[in-house]
Order: sequence, then structure tokens, then C-alpha cells
Amino acid sequence: MATNPMAQFEVHRIGPEIRLGSIDISFTNSSLFMIISSLAILLIFSLGSKKNSLLPSKIQLLAELSYSFVSKMISDTAGLKAKPYFSFIFSLFMFVLFCNMFGMMPYSFTVTSHIIVTFVLAFFVFTGVTVIGFMKHGLGYLKLFVPSGVPTLLLPLIIVIEVISYLSRPISLSVRLFANMLAGHTMMKVFGGFVISLGIVGGWLPLSFSVALTGLEILVAFLQAYVFAILTCIYLNDALNLHH
Amino acid sequence: MELEAAKMIGAGIAVLSLAGAGIAIGNIFSSYLTGAMRNPSAAQKQFPNLLLGFALAEATGLFGLVVALIILFAF
Repeated sequence: MATNPMAQFEVHRIGPEIRLGSIDISFTNSSLFMIISSLAILLIFSLGSKKNSLLPSKIQLLAELSYSFVSKMISDTAGLKAKPYFSFIFSLFMFVLFCNMFGMMPYSFTVTSHIIVTFVLAFFVFTGVTVIGFMKHGLGYLKLFVPSGVPTLLLPLIIVIEVISYLSRPISLSVRLFANMLAGHTMMKVFGGFVISLGIVGGWLPLSFSVALTGLEILVAFLQAYVFAILTCIYLNDALNLHH
Repeated sequence: MELEAAKMIGAGIAVLSLAGAGIAIGNIFSSYLTGAMRNPSAAQKQFPNLLLGFALAEATGLFGLVVALIILFAF
């Protein structure tokens, strides 16, 4: 491996180069790990729901636990009206979670450490929520930008701030996930480099730190998938239950 | 001043935002523990909010880290 801690984020082409006009759509290691995580999700849920026994097997338990976890999260934050969007939020959560978790394996590639991947996910959430809001409330959805109980004098300023904060949602949602993944993996590589450079005498300290860091990163990988999904729920709640 | 040196200093200053994230995370956990000690029965219910607050606070610090990385590698 290269000594540069950023080398792990390089996208390589696997197989032949495919071009569509001027756009390069070749199969890369990023697409490979997206396919791997999607297939792993499919495998777990098809195995988990094949034999529905009252006494669940381990894999059925995993499927049921994640289902009820996301279901509870949606009903807690966005209410009953958000039930039709369960499948979208569930697949979003599972995809981000599995991409993060596969990135934790040594020599693998973290799909979510690229801003374009997380930005596309966040942009679809943002566009979807805006379309749902306008479909449910019509132009009344614009009332989202006018908080109740604000003095009239302050209103022009508040509306500008609210609009800016609304428009920056996809950016903050995507940068949060991307920055956490990038920072964590860079830090792990940096400490891995310390182990090598300090050698067998002093290398034990960064090695033990590296082990602890791996534990923290697994927590962060889960937490960021959770935060991504719960913020989607909160945005959806804004669109479905206006000023409740 | 040399451009390269200015970039390094700028990246170093941008990373200082992580201090704020450190304060924020400490604050969140200390408040949670204070609340949980006073009313342990309500603690379990607020655990998701704790994790959410932790992740949100950590992310704002990491935005600064991204700025530093952009200064170092993108320009």
C-alpha cells in the first residue's frame, strides 16, 4: 500500500473503459463496493424472510431487528403519516450502513467517503421532500419559512435565514456523512503509519490506539447511517405535518 | 509569504474548529449524565437524542477539517 493516507480513497477502473459520449461510465472499485453492499442487504433480507418461524434464526432476527428499528424511528420522528415512505428510508438507511460497514474492512473501499455519492443521496432526499411538501400543501408549504410568533419587524430577516437554511440542507446532510467517513479513515491510516514508522519498540502505543479507533469508527459508521436516516425523517416530518 | 507556507497555516487554523466540537461533545455527554443521574427512569428514552446530538456536534467540527483538506489538497 502507498504511504499517503489519502491513497485509500482513489477510484480505480476495473475492467475495460466504457464511454458514453464524453462521460466515463467505466466499472470502478466504487461501483464494485456499491454492488457488494446491495447484494449483502438483499442476501440478508431474502434469507431472513424465507422461513418465517416463530422462533427466529439469527439471520431472521437481524432482519426483524433492523425492520423494527427503522419502523420505530420513523413513527417516533415523523408520525403515522410517514408510513408510506418506510421502504425508501429503510433502503436508504441500510445502504448507507452497509457502505460504511464494508468500508471498515481492511483493503476495502468506502463508497460514502466520496462527496458525490453522499450528495446525490442527500439531493434526492431534498428534492423528494420538497415535492412531497408542495403536493400535500400546495403553495401553503411556503409557510415553512415563516415561523409563528416572530415579530413582524424581524420577519424579512428570518425568512431569508430560513430559506438559506432550507437550501443548505442537502449540503449539510451530505457533508456530514462524507466528512465523518473521510476523517475517520484518514485518522486510522495515519495511526497505522505510526505503527510502521515506530517499529517493534514503540509501535505498541499507536497499535493499541488504532484498535480503539477501529471500535470508535464502527460506532461512527452506524451512527452516521442513523443520523442520515433520522434527518431524512425530520425533513419528511416538516413536509407532512406543517406547523403541528 | 510563500504560498505553500500560507496554505499550511490556513489549514492549521481551519482545524481549530475541532476544539469547538470537542467542547460540544463533552457538554452533551455531561448534560446527559447529569440528567440521567437525576432521573434514571427517563434516561433510556433520551438515548437516541444523545446519539443524534453527538453526531450533529461532531459533524460541525468535521466541516472545519474538510475545509482544511480542501485547502491542502484541492488548491
